[in-house]
Amino acid sequence: MIGSPATASHNNPMPARRVLPALPALTLLVMLGPVAAGLYGTVLPAFGHLPALGQTGPNLDAFRAVLAWPGFVTAARLSLTTGLIATAISLVIVVLVTAGWSGTRAFRVLERLLSPLLSVPHAAAAFGLAFLIAPSGWVARGLSPWLTGWDRPPDVLIVQDPMGLAMTLGLIAKEVPFLLLMTLAALAQADAQRSATLAQALGYGRMTGWLKTVFPRIYAQIRLPVYVTLAYAMSVVDVALILGPTTPSTLAVQVVKWMGEPELTMRLQAAAGALMQLGLVLGALGVWRLGEFALGRLGMRWVHSGQRMAGDRWLAPAALGVGALSALAVLLGIGVLAIWSVAAQWQFPHALPDAFTLRSWNRHSMGMRAALWETGVIAVCVTILAVVLTIGCLEAEQRYGLRLTKRGIWLLYLPLLIPQVAFLPGLQILFLSAGADMGRGPVMMAHLIFVLPYVFLSFADPYRAWDTRYGTIATALGARPDGVLWRVRLPMLLRPLLTAMAVGVAVSVGQYLPTLLIGGGRVATLTTEALALVSGGDRRAIGVYGLMQTAAALVPFALALLIPTLVWRNRQGLRHD
Amino acid sequence: MTKGLSLQDVCIAKGGKKLLEVDHHIDPGAVLTLMGPSGVGKSTLLSFVTGTLVPEFNATGQVILNDRAITTLAPQDRRVGILFQDDLLFPHLSVGANLAFGLKPGGNRAARDAKIADALSEVGLDGFADRDPATLSGGQKARVSLMRMLLSEPEALLLDEPFSRLDTALRAQVRDMVFSRAKERDLPVLMVTHDHADAETAGGHTIHLKA
Repeated sequence: MIGSPATASHNNPMPARRVLPALPALTLLVMLGPVAAGLYGTVLPAFGHLPALGQTGPNLDAFRAVLAWPGFVTAARLSLTTGLIATAISLVIVVLVTAGWSGTRAFRVLERLLSPLLSVPHAAAAFGLAFLIAPSGWVARGLSPWLTGWDRPPDVLIVQDPMGLAMTLGLIAKEVPFLLLMTLAALAQADAQRSATLAQALGYGRMTGWLKTVFPRIYAQIRLPVYVTLAYAMSVVDVALILGPTTPSTLAVQVVKWMGEPELTMRLQAAAGALMQLGLVLGALGVWRLGEFALGRLGMRWVHSGQRMAGDRWLAPAALGVGALSALAVLLGIGVLAIWSVAAQWQFPHALPDAFTLRSWNRHSMGMRAALWETGVIAVCVTILAVVLTIGCLEAEQRYGLRLTKRGIWLLYLPLLIPQVAFLPGLQILFLSAGADMGRGPVMMAHLIFVLPYVFLSFADPYRAWDTRYGTIATALGARPDGVLWRVRLPMLLRPLLTAMAVGVAVSVGQYLPTLLIGGGRVATLTTEALALVSGGDRRAIGVYGLMQTAAALVPFALALLIPTLVWRNRQGLRHD
Repeated sequence: MTKGLSLQDVCIAKGGKKLLEVDHHIDPGAVLTLMGPSGVGKSTLLSFVTGTLVPEFNATGQVILNDRAITTLAPQDRRVGILFQDDLLFPHLSVGANLAFGLKPGGNRAARDAKIADALSEVGLDGFADRDPATLSGGQKARVSLMRMLLSEPEALLLDEPFSRLDTALRAQVRDMVFSRAKERDLPVLMVTHDHADAETAGGHTIHLKA
């Protein structure tokens, strides 16, 4: 997938370096190696082969056991419906909002909310949403008793409802900002504004014109991120634990439960379940692809019809309203987490606690500080590794023409497309079989799999967009390639570099499954500690941990804005990057 | 020993299609001007000389600078200075630090600062060392950019449409400054331009390239 080194050696003599040309291959190895190993480690036990436990296959016993589990059909259906519905609704919201509003002031407000919304970890957003919509949540409190007449929380199951609706809502609230970010990046590359203006000059409504002229180009660009969203939504564990149904839970959650059983032979069943989860995701991706064809056909007919307006007047405002609501749900959710963390007595239906106290913070300060330290050490180390590898890959691309082809981009998305729950159990089983010590090191390695693609995707565009004539000038002035990189290119790219690092930290902070499974229960981060609180239902403790988790992800973004502004306060030329 | 910049049988091609051929010797202090429509590979020729040709292009031939065959040297060892139409002052460095970047290594801090101050004063920018380049006028930036390049003591000077972003009044002034500095230092100059006035002022040989 990597093009052969450019044949410009005669024109472009460079001193031979041993490390740099090897970095792209090394990067792919640390990113995809564990995925491949994990899948291998899943397939063998799924077919009954696990010599460490005295099991030698092959047989189909584990699959039979999964099918015999009474919750299987419901769990599999839940995985499909929540994933497909959440992805479809998120995509529709993003597309309609962009179609109807891109370039307007309302759209710019949403754009500005993107970074903070994206950095809120899934688990914290899910806890926040639960605290909003639960029968005793903020929404019910706000409407009671004057509208509802309730003076005690109604006895209905809203959070963890059997249909998985709350979980779908939680996924939508977090996937909308992700897909919007990807759409914005694609918009910058497509010549969107002129096409939209032209369509409007031909009498098309703003939204209809955009959908007919710009959307096909945009979708081609955001297809992989959409697939990532679908694979993620179908197999997510932390959000499902918080908002998803419990009897039965989704298949992914059940696999993790089987992995946690003290009876080690249950790992075979877990491995089989993980493979079936992978099959479900691949099947759903196939269905989605077919849907793309069908919608493409319908879209062509719609273009031919020449219809100028398709509900532009009500659909665009409605989409904006729903988009704003999903953003608001995340922000209010964080707010209510914060309030719970300092709440003393808080009676229903009072909108605010009767008194405020730091008691919860004091009670959890020891555990929280330890978890914060663990989270920080892992996130910082992994992010630095990811940044070094990313810069190395991009420099190798620049100096030797070692460039990922268009197909090679798939490789970057692969660790995000294959469900975590499909290969992490196998990775854990491999570690156990090898008698390796689980702990912080392996957890970092597992985090790197997911941090690397995001850091790379976030830094590659600004890196490539840098005006290489600065490099030519610096070289003509006698600077060596390393000097150009360290003295000119990276300082000029300080802002996007720090943003990429903030993205890396946020991704690492939010990781639940890799920390849980590869840490062997011995690595306690803010995320695993917060998730451990689900069953207890102690809202004040959840508030403390959820808020700290959010802060751990959000503060780096604030620093990424602040540091370049301070460092370059006397450099106007770098202010608007 | 032959002084000057020699382009010997230089041929630039892209995907097997020949773009341009040049075979010419530029004497110290003389200017060779290349004129022609965009897309004929004028700037590509310059990147061949500086050693920063992008892989899509193929180039054959030799470039000899003061008896050194530089085609096989690393770009930073060629001692070829270049100016573009944009000043390309490094935005993260002060004016003085931009000049220090260009100044050949060696000498203590005080000596280097003195050289930088001299260079600034030579182009009428005394006391500008601590300024942010973004706060300079177009003409001032062009002058800093020129001095930065000259401080690296190049043996040849390449100009890639260097004056096209400046307004007419400023253009003549900066152009005279660049050519007179090059002549003073006996630098062979290779210039790519659209502007006939550039070619006339330069006064040397002009090659007209066709699309």
